[in-house]
Amino acid sequence: MADLEAFKEEVRAFIAEHCPQELRVGNRMDIPGELLGPWVKALADRGWITPDWPTEYGGGGLDRKATAALRAELKAVRAPIISSFGTSMLGPTLLEYGTEEQKKKHLIPISKHSIRWCQGFSEPGSGSDLASLQCRAERDGDEFVITGQKIWTTGADRADWIFCLVRTDFDAPKHEGISFVLFPMNQPGVEVAPLQLIDGTAHFSQVFFDGARGSVDDLVGPANGGWTVAKKLLQHERSTDGSSDGGIGGSAKETIVDFVKREVGMEDGVLADPTIRERLAAQEIDKRCLGLTMRRAAEEARAGQINRDISSIGKFRWANMVKNEQDIAMDAAGTQGLGWEGAGFEANQLERTRKWLITRADSIWGGTNEIQLNVIAKRVLGLPE
Amino acid sequence: MALTLSEDQLLLRETAQTFLADNSPVKRMRDLRDENDATGFTRALWKEMADLGWVGILLSEEHGGSEMGLAELGVVLLECGRVLAPEPLLSSVLLGGNAVRLSGNEALQKDVLPALATGDRLLAMALEESGRFAPYATLTTAKESGGSYTIDGTKRYVLDGHVADQIVVVARTSGSAGDRDGLALLLVDANAAGVSIERTSMIDGRNAAHVKLEGVEVGADRLLGNADLLDSVLDQATAALAAEMLGTTEEAFERTLAYLKDREQFGVKIGTFQALKHRAGEMFAELEFARSIMLDALSAVDEGRDDAPQAVSAAKAQCSKAARLIGAEAIQMHGGTGMTDEEDIGLFFKRLKAAEVSLGDATYHQRRFASLQGY
Repeated sequence: MADLEAFKEEVRAFIAEHCPQELRVGNRMDIPGELLGPWVKALADRGWITPDWPTEYGGGGLDRKATAALRAELKAVRAPIISSFGTSMLGPTLLEYGTEEQKKKHLIPISKHSIRWCQGFSEPGSGSDLASLQCRAERDGDEFVITGQKIWTTGADRADWIFCLVRTDFDAPKHEGISFVLFPMNQPGVEVAPLQLIDGTAHFSQVFFDGARGSVDDLVGPANGGWTVAKKLLQHERSTDGSSDGGIGGSAKETIVDFVKREVGMEDGVLADPTIRERLAAQEIDKRCLGLTMRRAAEEARAGQINRDISSIGKFRWANMVKNEQDIAMDAAGTQGLGWEGAGFEANQLERTRKWLITRADSIWGGTNEIQLNVIAKRVLGLPE
Repeated sequence: MALTLSEDQLLLRETAQTFLADNSPVKRMRDLRDENDATGFTRALWKEMADLGWVGILLSEEHGGSEMGLAELGVVLLECGRVLAPEPLLSSVLLGGNAVRLSGNEALQKDVLPALATGDRLLAMALEESGRFAPYATLTTAKESGGSYTIDGTKRYVLDGHVADQIVVVARTSGSAGDRDGLALLLVDANAAGVSIERTSMIDGRNAAHVKLEGVEVGADRLLGNADLLDSVLDQATAALAAEMLGTTEEAFERTLAYLKDREQFGVKIGTFQALKHRAGEMFAELEFARSIMLDALSAVDEGRDDAPQAVSAAKAQCSKAARLIGAEAIQMHGGTGMTDEEDIGLFFKRLKAAEVSLGDATYHQRRFASLQGY
């Protein structure tokens, strides 16, 4: 414990030295590069972008308690936390399934935040039924030749590399002919087309492969054994969801309670609209329940008291919670919530509206609510197939 | 604050499970109901629960208790809820008894609490006057003169009031219905002149009483406290009720899940149907949300957290929501079987409804939560 206290002191000193006040704004997309760059480098030098990874792969070599302490200290001052597909999804997967060579080659750049990754899973014809994917890779000497299409690829326009599910055996049952491959995005045969969504943003892309090439050394797990690797990676994805309250629109600058209070107004110390008031209270209680349940899941795992896996409900209840919050915001705003741009709307009204639109995706991406419920029914509740 | 059970709590849970499995199958509760038993629970078993230390969990050693917390009492109540044990932990310990324990009245504590702990004395609390839960709406008056109070009024839904030896009466010394100021909690002997008690049977097989108070005189030394005391008592009782109903909800869920895995129609187990699978998943999520927030409420009270009232209202709201969903689905998924009195699931359904309404339903606690949060 004394060691942990000393470590916290060390982190505070590090923050004091490397994280100027103007950077302490949480995870925002609009932080200028000249401000963020030195911070990323300072973190990377300590291995603190990936604090719990082994030091030989660029990590901080910290145990669970120290990692938690580091994150808590960073969060307490709203220091930007560097998180990416590499740190949260591919990295943990490579630590488990990667060869020594792959770990050395790929984990170190992730831990330095110098290589950006994107995920090539979904296809136009393979959403919830992901294992039906058709994008193919054919062996050509020491290389794979990749042909096909991916969709919903976040940050594909900026990514240096992709981790991708491809079909390598067309005769095998659908789950048994898939491989998990890594290859660079910046090459002939890779084309990226941004995908504009209902909220007007284009964070996602479609990616077209026409003879793109990857090395067979970058095959993760056995050939045709990619489905197991992917399932594990999706668990990392789902485990990163239930814990936050932001949704993919990012966290709002104003709490929902403050937003609703302003839109609806107060009368005699209570919200002027009794129905909105009750929905808001129910929503805030739901949010507490989710946070406590995710905490309990972690505590039960540590204490070895798991009865049923309660973390399984995190993703779909989190999606419902985030969507419901934006529904309440929209209903509170009335026609002021219908604005797309132009005069007469406040910035936070416009922001809420866009957020209402983009959070519709939260019950779709990362496994739809319906898929989550199928999984819970089968794996957690043991209902028959 | 932990959301998992400590070693001691696990041990307590095991003791409770074993004791209740040996002594309190659901059939016991059914038989008590069928026989229209005059007590409504088993006095001998109540005495054994007292000997096990359950009745005195919250009481100080001086008063014959073990001075543990609401979290420990919650462990026991949850197990009682699973088997629908109707013994008066809520009425006698958490409402009547706790009003004495949390009061500043040492003389009454000395008189009442040791007898409560041994199971020899039963208490109750007379709070409600109309159907909808509104703790400050009291019309019953307590007029003070010459060192004593004269109480007049009518109380409803006094849980286990028909067997209570003493009743904590919530009355008004000043102000009008709805005012928080002017409330007084007074300890009244059930056999005092002017007290008439009429037993009523409720849908869950338990008993509550109409209590009429006509010119009932008690000394000023019977004063326990004001609305602050009432709030504390209600917060603790509500958190404890949340624990009990969670146990009942959990058992209703488990029985329904087992039914989905067993019942066949169209040549397959009905649990293979996606329409039912998804609903089972939703039930599971509500149940586990309820468990998390119930555990948080118990520790909020035990630790005296500033936001304990919010935590309690959030817990009762969520536990009521889960109880309503799972109770309704339990009947629906059992189909025609669920409508028969012979099938136990109906007993769970009815107890869940009673628990949902008792001490404020989901809507009441949502509104209270909103007020406490400043909106």
